[in-house]
Amino acid sequence: MNDHAAHAHDDAHDVPFLEDGKGWKSWLFTLDHKRIGVMYLWSVLIAFAAGGVFALLLRLELMAPGKQYIEADTYNRFFTLHGAIMVFLFIIPAIPSAMGNFVLPLMLGAKDVAFPRLNLLSFWIYGIGSIMALSSIVFGGVETGWTFYTPYSTNTSGAVVMMTLSVFVLGFSSILTGLNFIVTIHKMRAPGMSFFRMPLFVWATYATSILQVMATPVLGITLLLLVAERTLGIGIFDPALGGDPVLYQHFFWFYSHPAVYIMILPGMGVISEIITVFSRKTIFGYRAIAYSSLGIAIISFLVWGHHMFLSGQSAYAGMVFSFLTFLVAIPSAIKVFNWTATLYKGSISFDAPMMWTLSFMVLFTIGGLTGLFLGALGVDVHLHDTYFVVAHFHYVMMGGTVIAFYAGLHYWWPKMFGVMYREGPAKFSAIIVFIGFNATFFTQFVLGTRGMPRRYYNYLDQYQPLHQFSTFGSWIIGLGFIVMTVNLLASFKQKVKAPANPWGARTLEWSIPSPPITHNFHKTPVVTEGPYDFPVEGQAASGAEGKHA
Amino acid sequence: MNIGIVRRQHAHHFATADQEFSASKLGMWLFLVTEVLLFGGLFVGYAYGKSVYPEMWHEASKHLDWKLGALNTLFLITSSFTMVMAVNAAQRNKAGEMNGKMVGYLIATIALAGCFLVVKYFEYSHKFHDGMLPGIYYTYSGVQNANAHYFFGLYFLMTGLHGFHVVVGMILLGWVLVRATKGHFYSEYYTPVEVGGLYWHLVDLIWIYLFPLLYLVG
Repeated sequence: MNDHAAHAHDDAHDVPFLEDGKGWKSWLFTLDHKRIGVMYLWSVLIAFAAGGVFALLLRLELMAPGKQYIEADTYNRFFTLHGAIMVFLFIIPAIPSAMGNFVLPLMLGAKDVAFPRLNLLSFWIYGIGSIMALSSIVFGGVETGWTFYTPYSTNTSGAVVMMTLSVFVLGFSSILTGLNFIVTIHKMRAPGMSFFRMPLFVWATYATSILQVMATPVLGITLLLLVAERTLGIGIFDPALGGDPVLYQHFFWFYSHPAVYIMILPGMGVISEIITVFSRKTIFGYRAIAYSSLGIAIISFLVWGHHMFLSGQSAYAGMVFSFLTFLVAIPSAIKVFNWTATLYKGSISFDAPMMWTLSFMVLFTIGGLTGLFLGALGVDVHLHDTYFVVAHFHYVMMGGTVIAFYAGLHYWWPKMFGVMYREGPAKFSAIIVFIGFNATFFTQFVLGTRGMPRRYYNYLDQYQPLHQFSTFGSWIIGLGFIVMTVNLLASFKQKVKAPANPWGARTLEWSIPSPPITHNFHKTPVVTEGPYDFPVEGQAASGAEGKHA
Repeated sequence: MNIGIVRRQHAHHFATADQEFSASKLGMWLFLVTEVLLFGGLFVGYAYGKSVYPEMWHEASKHLDWKLGALNTLFLITSSFTMVMAVNAAQRNKAGEMNGKMVGYLIATIALAGCFLVVKYFEYSHKFHDGMLPGIYYTYSGVQNANAHYFFGLYFLMTGLHGFHVVVGMILLGWVLVRATKGHFYSEYYTPVEVGGLYWHLVDLIWIYLFPLLYLVG
């Protein structure tokens, strides 16, 4: 197609994508990556709220030893639902599917992802999988924890088959999104957009997509085997029938360890974007950050055994996995050091996205370093299956990914919806969540080192003060998110129109109006410089509109 | 049957038809990677069973009919050949003169896939009849070693998942066939034939591993 024809075609859809079609059908059958991204966004936000409510209920029950409000079985179902919803319905799709869908093609200067129909299919599959997951509540609930460990998951009553099949289905959604993004990044870049001119969010999404494509099928077959085990008793995971439950753990973590990088890598991408824009300075170590994403993706496939130091794995295997686990800290540290170096002598502005980002830097660093405690063989014997693991996991997943997700949400909100939110409450909510988060989870590090086991309904009296403190912390987090949600939703009422480039960023999504038109670009952009070439002090910005007041 | 060809404009979000074609091909290759990993889990299950119970494995695998397996291997390899010829016909189809050949080869491919399933049906029903069923439904007494149900559980999972892929392949190629009869594929646009072929070769390739591992090596 020549340029002239492309131009003529675009004029037909020269309206903001939010106004290009009305009614639920125009959304549910859209092929526009931006609309699919927005649908994902609302879906994952609802999932986050649901998972969060279960978390608050769990913390409430743990205020004091013994039964407070709910029975032990209900407690088990609640923590399973909290984990499964947060992992499979929220964190995995949150940044790639919601934000990635929206900004990735824009960042590349493309009109859409490579396979728009597949993209919509992926969203539908996500919807079906989510309904299946939630329907397991009605069919008797699941009390296995989100890891579905055998032999408990093959023997217990309840809706294990429904829940595992829902995760199987959700896996397809994840695979299709990853596949679509890899092809989009390889084939849909605008002229001049070389690999090393791609924004770092794209690099992070690329690494994530490789993991989604290569790890998720293994989870799929694992869950099918689990279903076959439960329904046919094929025996692969059951010692009584000649199988081995540790084999299940190998299978499960072969997916689920890369999966935690599926969760954190896109968050790191978001942070790389925000930190450079709000330091008004080009990113320090662009290539190092880009390569470290791929490094994390590759090493993440080789560390799954560190979940099984105490599962009867050989001591030799344990040593190898421990060593490889330490290796994965290197690319993560490369990122943190480069972000810090980017801040150095930058002209830092503390807008809401930056507040969330700085919060991420602190929390992720604590989460990452405590991961090394658990990766060390001797220390892990003491800390395995205690609240230390719970705290570590929440520091990287919530302090890392969730905080990065909300940093990104505040960063791209004006682009997505064309409105500005109020800055004060947005910053305030970031601070509140930061305080509440540390109150909740730092306490749990202490609980863990004192021997409080994870997933227990009851505990010894000596742990009560710390448990209580942690519960108070969870309320502060809840408050922070309520303030944030109200503030973001209020922006639809206030209707303060967002400029095309409120933050003075240099990546392509900010070169078009907020919200973008359906076909993104009037004319395919030609890229002539890197994504973070901020004007040097004293020189005028070329093309950038400057920062809003 | 020369019904000519229907020329196609590439999808608007691509800059050129070449870009669209190479994107589709890369997409299918990535999908095939996921398929290999999906089956990979079952191959690990196989490796576990064979290394822990080598004698049972040996005994149980004797109860599979290698002649029927070999026949099916022949069917699938031949179908891969006819598939390649269908792609070749599409590539050389300038103005519809190769439509007939392409349609013929596609029909042959689907028919061979059907033959495969018929043989599989006879194999399965024979095993069902003798009680060589997976897991707790296993009642056969012809294998003396313990845990023979494990072998048959994996046999049915591996060949069952593969059989499912054969059925999906037949549906996929059936759709390609319908479009081929309408003259949709020609030298400048034959993406569905090409990526359908890629998928079909993988289905064939997986069987080429399953056949020796289950029928011969045991």
